Amino acid sequence: MPKRTDLKSVLVIGSGPIVIGQAAEFDYSGTQALRVLKEEGIRVILVNSNPATIMTDPEFADATYVEPISPEVITKIIAKERPDALLPTLGGQTALNAAIALDQQGVLEKYNVELIGANIAAIELGEDRQKFKGVVERSGGESASSRIVHSMDEALEVAEELGYPMVVRPSFTMGGLGSGMAYNERDLYRIAGAGLQYSPTTEVLLEEAILGWKEYELEMMRDANDNVVVVCTIENLDPVGVHTGDSITVAPSMTLTDREYQKLRNISINIIREVGVATGGCNIQFAIDPVTGRVVVIEMNPRVSRSSALASKATGFAIAKIATKLAVGYTLDEIPNDITKKTPASFEPTLDYVVVKVPRFAFEKFPAADPTLTTTMKSVGEAMAIGRNFTEALQKALRSLEQRGSEFSFAPSDDAAVTQLLDGMATATTDRIYQVQQALLAGVELEEIHRITGIDPWYLDQLALINETARAVKAAENLDVQVLKTAKRHGFSDEQIGQLRAMDPAVVRGVRHALGIRPVYKTVDTCAAEFPAYTPYHYSSYDQEDEIAEHESPSVIILGSGPNRIGQGIEFDYSCVHATMALREAGYETVMINCNPETVSTDYDVSTRLYFEPLTLEDVLEVIAAEERTGGVAGVFVQLGGQTPLKLAQKLADAGVPVLGTSPAAIDLAEHRGAFDQVLKSAGLIAPKNGTAVSFEDAKAVADSIGYPVLVRPSYVLGGRGMEIVYDETGLERYIANATEVTPEHPVLVDRFLEDAIEVDVDALYDGQDLYMGGIMEHIEEAGIHSGDSACVLPPITLGPDMLQRVREATAAIAAGVGVRGLINIQFAVASDVLYVIEANPRASRTVPFVSKATGVQLAKAAALIGMGVSVRDLRGGILPEHGDGSLLPPSAPVAVKEAVLPFARFRTVEGRVVDSLLGPEMRSTGEVMGIDTHFDTAFAKSQLAANNPLPTSGKAFVSVANRDKRGVIMPVKRLADLGFSIVSTGGTADVLRRNGITCEVVDKIAATPESEGTVLPLVESGEIALIINTPSGGDARSDGYEIRAAATSLGVPVITTIAEFGAALQAIEAQRTHSWSVASLQEHAAALHSAGLAVAGAS
Amino acid sequence: MSEPRIGRDQTGPGQPGENGAQGPTAETSLALLVLEDGTVYEGSAYGAVGATLGEAVFSTGMTGYQETITDPSYARQIVVQTAPHIGNTGVNDEDPESRRIWVAGYAVRDAARVPSNWRSVRPLDQELAEQDIIGIKDIDTRAVTRRLRNQGSMRAGIFSAEALHDSAGNRRTLTELLEEVRSQPDMLGARLAEEVTSAHPYVIDPADHGWEGEPVATVAAIDLGIKTMTPVRMAERGLRVHVLPATTTFTDIEQLKPQGVFLSNGPGDPATASAQVGLLREVLDSRTPFFGICFGNQILGRALGFDTYKLPFGHRGINQPVMDHSTGKVEITSQNHGFAVDAPVGETVTAPESRFGRVQVSHSSLNDGVVEGLRCMDIPAFSVQYHPEAAAGPHDSAYLFDRFVDLMKEHQNA
Repeated sequence: MPKRTDLKSVLVIGSGPIVIGQAAEFDYSGTQALRVLKEEGIRVILVNSNPATIMTDPEFADATYVEPISPEVITKIIAKERPDALLPTLGGQTALNAAIALDQQGVLEKYNVELIGANIAAIELGEDRQKFKGVVERSGGESASSRIVHSMDEALEVAEELGYPMVVRPSFTMGGLGSGMAYNERDLYRIAGAGLQYSPTTEVLLEEAILGWKEYELEMMRDANDNVVVVCTIENLDPVGVHTGDSITVAPSMTLTDREYQKLRNISINIIREVGVATGGCNIQFAIDPVTGRVVVIEMNPRVSRSSALASKATGFAIAKIATKLAVGYTLDEIPNDITKKTPASFEPTLDYVVVKVPRFAFEKFPAADPTLTTTMKSVGEAMAIGRNFTEALQKALRSLEQRGSEFSFAPSDDAAVTQLLDGMATATTDRIYQVQQALLAGVELEEIHRITGIDPWYLDQLALINETARAVKAAENLDVQVLKTAKRHGFSDEQIGQLRAMDPAVVRGVRHALGIRPVYKTVDTCAAEFPAYTPYHYSSYDQEDEIAEHESPSVIILGSGPNRIGQGIEFDYSCVHATMALREAGYETVMINCNPETVSTDYDVSTRLYFEPLTLEDVLEVIAAEERTGGVAGVFVQLGGQTPLKLAQKLADAGVPVLGTSPAAIDLAEHRGAFDQVLKSAGLIAPKNGTAVSFEDAKAVADSIGYPVLVRPSYVLGGRGMEIVYDETGLERYIANATEVTPEHPVLVDRFLEDAIEVDVDALYDGQDLYMGGIMEHIEEAGIHSGDSACVLPPITLGPDMLQRVREATAAIAAGVGVRGLINIQFAVASDVLYVIEANPRASRTVPFVSKATGVQLAKAAALIGMGVSVRDLRGGILPEHGDGSLLPPSAPVAVKEAVLPFARFRTVEGRVVDSLLGPEMRSTGEVMGIDTHFDTAFAKSQLAANNPLPTSGKAFVSVANRDKRGVIMPVKRLADLGFSIVSTGGTADVLRRNGITCEVVDKIAATPESEGTVLPLVESGEIALIINTPSGGDARSDGYEIRAAATSLGVPVITTIAEFGAALQAIEAQRTHSWSVASLQEHAAALHSAGLAVAGAS
Repeated sequence: MSEPRIGRDQTGPGQPGENGAQGPTAETSLALLVLEDGTVYEGSAYGAVGATLGEAVFSTGMTGYQETITDPSYARQIVVQTAPHIGNTGVNDEDPESRRIWVAGYAVRDAARVPSNWRSVRPLDQELAEQDIIGIKDIDTRAVTRRLRNQGSMRAGIFSAEALHDSAGNRRTLTELLEEVRSQPDMLGARLAEEVTSAHPYVIDPADHGWEGEPVATVAAIDLGIKTMTPVRMAERGLRVHVLPATTTFTDIEQLKPQGVFLSNGPGDPATASAQVGLLREVLDSRTPFFGICFGNQILGRALGFDTYKLPFGHRGINQPVMDHSTGKVEITSQNHGFAVDAPVGETVTAPESRFGRVQVSHSSLNDGVVEGLRCMDIPAFSVQYHPEAAAGPHDSAYLFDRFVDLMKEHQNA
């Protein structure tokens, strides 16, 4: 069936902010979808609140709405745009849920919008666990015994029947949110209680535990002609019990016979038909009893998922792209396989390599969180690696994590340590793979480890093989060809070999090169070499034959940002993708190196060539060498992918690699405190008083001289890792004692902490001559909250023209002083009208995409071209506006608010309570949203709604603030009361409010009462409180605050923890009450800016 | 390629094997895979040691190595597995597709050390050694595959242990090994069905395969290299299957009074199967319903008067898309064929042997357009080039056995 001709315009719903369980993979799939629709000549309308995505680039859709993904807002967009169809299967659970809501509210029917790629009945069959059980049965499969419950009483009854342990899964939540394993009644109360809250249908499934079984996932595609193919089979190394997003996963399956595999395939095909997935992708998860082979179907997702992105990268079969083509009418046999060109997409990819995905966690950011891995996903990112065997792929994947200790090490353990390892591995944690490897190294029998962990013996033997190889490396007389080849074949890095041989990795590399042991590059081709591949999607392996073709012009290499983590996420991928797009357009051959399967940058047709490789010095140097010998290298970009590539800058330069853009020396100048102070000094700028310290004594001396509180942090970090505000000497001592764990090679920076300062963020371009101010952002929260977690607004709403001018001048002076060629991000603080420079980062920052979207100017593209020698002046009238810049926006410019999205609800303490949601100098947010409107109030309201944190317009507000905030809280609370909110408060705050004539209900302090009765807690838990204003102070109120915030976080009640944010929220609440929102696309905003004078060619 | 070469690690004729990349615990016994174009891949011995010759072909299935090596169609072929890990699930007693391993040699990259599966009874390398199958591991199987794809399937040999030395104990030169490789007969013109067929007839009874009640029909299935699963798939549908040797005559068949005749898959060049072509013409003349698979498809093609030809590197894998022209639907098929029928796709033609009437190409490959099935319009006969019995492979094409049952029923009713 060819393309449908009746679809003229299609609305695509994105997945919104990056959250745990729904991340960059939906930018990848969404971007593919938009590209396909545009290629098909369809008018594309997009709604996605996430500015950091490629898909929200104005060039990918005809109308890009960076608006909250709520049924009300989408209804407005539908009313305005009148699309023919809605495609909801590429934006994760968020998009699917929005589509269901639009259908239920009759919006789709009213505006005659057809749902394509999905149908509501199929979604319900797939996601409603009870109905799905029926589907499985009719498909010849089996489900685990289970019951649906709607209350705790029912849950307890069912528990008697099924027995513990039991899996608890709330219905209709994403990433397994709220699910877990109940080993006893207490667990059941905790998990099912919360689960009932999370489920939009107050529905929880209790299920027989199939803990320890083997777990599989099949990625499927179906077309309108009922052709079904399996794209990929993914096997979890971690047995059932760990969410697949948190498991180490392997493709293809390693331990299935054909009979078993075909059984899974048959059941899957029957299910996809029975459910009635119209067209597109879905995945189905299975468990297999390792003893009897009994197969149980776990669940299905009737949409493109995180695993689909992984499967696409693992096989070269572009699931999202093809799903989109299927949605507009094509059948699989009509779609060519991009990679082979000559064969169709109606086939099943076959792999001649092994793919391993390892999750990346951020437990260090949430020290109170229980690091046990469960059926609730907790990882924030993932790395994928490809090798010609499992050992190579696994070791490459582990080093791709870029965490200290992420590579296997081979120091022997004593008996006591072995006992500890065996005890430890009984629980799934991020350490388990290392515990298993260490125990095997210590000689524990494979069978015993299998008994404890349930990990398949084949995998355990592979780990043993790695250990044996390590032993051979260590024991060898010389590092000869034989030894090195064997080690490389099993994925050992030069670093690991160096450790085993007590040699510097550079020496290992020298020996290795002298012996001619280099990796070859193979191709991901979907067909195990049966047909020639036309897409240069490569991975390294220590094998015989190299497949890189000669290239004509020297390549420009872009280093990506590796696995997503808190502090370094999709925003950096955004800049890398923009760079490659701009450079390709300018005629360069670009090469992307990255190891993150979720991203757009690792889409095989984004760059001229893609190397799916770890971003370590060794792996990067080998790719550069390969590119060098096949046609030459023009240079490498390290300033786009965040701290990961930046860290390599000097080492690459030392190896003779030309670094494009800002030089390694300039990077060092900005990162090194002493040198940077000189830059400031000669520019006449000041930083908060500061010093560097390598010991507690040093730090104490610095702190004593500049005065407390001080902000302490390690140098060379991203996302405020290890950053703390320290109020006294005791705190400082504790900090320094732990600080060595962060980065031993770099000293600790000690800064005077500016209280009540306004933080200002700048992104700018500099070419050595001219400056282009990308934008100036004013933070809503005061300095002290990490800029990544702070809401900010562009243009600044409270800074006067003279201050903006000082910011501009300071930016120019710093950019010139450092010697930037490309992007620079500078953080300032304004206190008592004094402008302080906090820090400068000579690279693409987290805010580049936000600034680009808010001002309609593509900064990363400009930066890439500046790196190639193009001047700001040359770019004017093209990528950059003819006149003016982002710091000189016309008064009519829209106001854009960036709000952070925080993952606190995901993390529980060992006792099962939510971790504290207090913000601080260490970044904890996983993603961001943008609210854009004519004025700040509505823009802020939109940002809150988009961040799943909608502000109430009426109800009870609980107010309890620290002493220093008591004065500032009066006016806003009064306004809140005037707007009709009833106020609930405690002790001191209540006294202040009453004396100021504000009526309030008084409740007890939690710390003052042994029971929660009489405090605010029961009110929060019963849902009576609509808004919480709670600013923290030290001592008792802090713990009081924790109780309140924890209750609010688990129930999703908005909590405001700073007075500044309170003010903004109040404006937003008023705006929500007084006028209804309008929606506008980025293209419309850009056109308005254009006519107001900030002119960018082609922006209208 | 006339110059003998060893991958990237050329050590020159006569002195291969100094740079092998074996695992630390693998036997360090050298093995060489020598292709007739002179390319040499150096690895370690796997399974039995010695010398073996055969046609090098690659198979792309990611599962089902046990079914693959026991498929008689692989007789006299050295199978290169593109899947990098082989042997992971060991060997069991249920999955073999015939009474023995048929591959002439087996080439893999990473061989499992510890098999793991609840049905596994012994490791694959042990099974290979016990059945005297010479293999090679630790070679760049992708490089071999690319070579075979570009140059076509070719004669090859695996040499290990004593086969690397001459009677005087000296290491044999590559030139000598190459001479031995090139001395073997080509697959073109090879007559092999008689070598792999079962010597004696046997019966597969539907009652043993879950069929309740009387058999639906009796089928005479000629074993040209039949796989275990084929008669089982028929028995599951109520057919009583007499599996008969390749030398069976039409008179032998008539004595069984079958409602249908079936010709199986099998190795070798269909051009050499004149006995079976003759037999099939008698079957067709008798209007007994006929179904053929793989070699059986080629024999139907030849019986109808079409030619067969050798494909450059064949179709061997379990992911092959085929279009069923009668429904417009795609099925993912299991394939293993080096030869194909030369018939026009997309039109109905009169068979060159015109007494059999009109013929259609019922199925074709979506990858390269090769004929994957034939359907006679005027006589009750059809065949497919691929393996609806799967094993290994997807079960999408199992409907063809239903078509065969239907054809026999229609014929009985008519």
